[in-house]
Amino acid sequence: MPRGASSLSKPQKFTERTQLRMANRPLSPHLQIYKWGPHMALSITHRVTGSAMAFVGLPILLWWLGAMAAGAGAYDTFAFVMGSPIGIIVLIGLSWTFFTHMLSGLRHFVLDIGAGYELSVNKTWSMVVFALGIILTVLFWAVIFLK
Amino acid sequence: MVDGTPIGRARGLGSAHEGVHHWLTQRFTAVGNLVLMLFLTISLALLPEYDYATLSGWASQLLPATALALLLVSVFWHARLGVQVVVEDYVHEAGTKFGILVLLNLVFIGGAAFGLISIARLAFGGAA
Repeated sequence: MPRGASSLSKPQKFTERTQLRMANRPLSPHLQIYKWGPHMALSITHRVTGSAMAFVGLPILLWWLGAMAAGAGAYDTFAFVMGSPIGIIVLIGLSWTFFTHMLSGLRHFVLDIGAGYELSVNKTWSMVVFALGIILTVLFWAVIFLK
Repeated sequence: MVDGTPIGRARGLGSAHEGVHHWLTQRFTAVGNLVLMLFLTISLALLPEYDYATLSGWASQLLPATALALLLVSVFWHARLGVQVVVEDYVHEAGTKFGILVLLNLVFIGGAAFGLISIARLAFGGAA
């Protein structure tokens, strides 16, 4: 007999008060209980960088493509805004966002196959992802500016 | 059965059978993003200039136009799935959640379509 069927036929054991108490019992501890580590920082960074690219990066990507499709005038407007100091800062931020999210995603692939959960290994690779994200960002802009 | 604890109400109902498809598609599109975004970043970094003629000339070529079109599909799909997870984690009211997911479909599918049409216009030489 399947497990679900047997448990359904059991008579209700809990009184209403017991059920109420059970419903209000503490669940698992939440974020504030734990000591922050690189893996937690990277986890929320993955979410923040992903959201930033979805809501800031993609509109800029579409503006770039739409401006190119519209012609030289529209493209010059795009190039003027994104080539200004503020525009460059936004683009540098987005490139860091992309490289960090990409490397963090690669770490997720490793975790998906069940590897890298040992405490020291997990901590090391989380910090490596942060470091490599900055290094790739610097390399990318170095290629562009030093050309 | 109706009252009880949250886990007590869920127990025995089984899986929703939708999580795996979402999870796998997030990974498949992630691989697509990895390949296509590296193509885009390396190509952009290596371009000699960033004026209109250079950029539109590059983007209208066969290989870059194909990569950009695939990139739009992969990235917008991936972003749509990712934002859905964020919404599901922080928005708890069922009606609001449903409304936001409907809105996300409109925004992300619409955005991807706009990008694809832009690339098609470049690639087919229709720019004014």
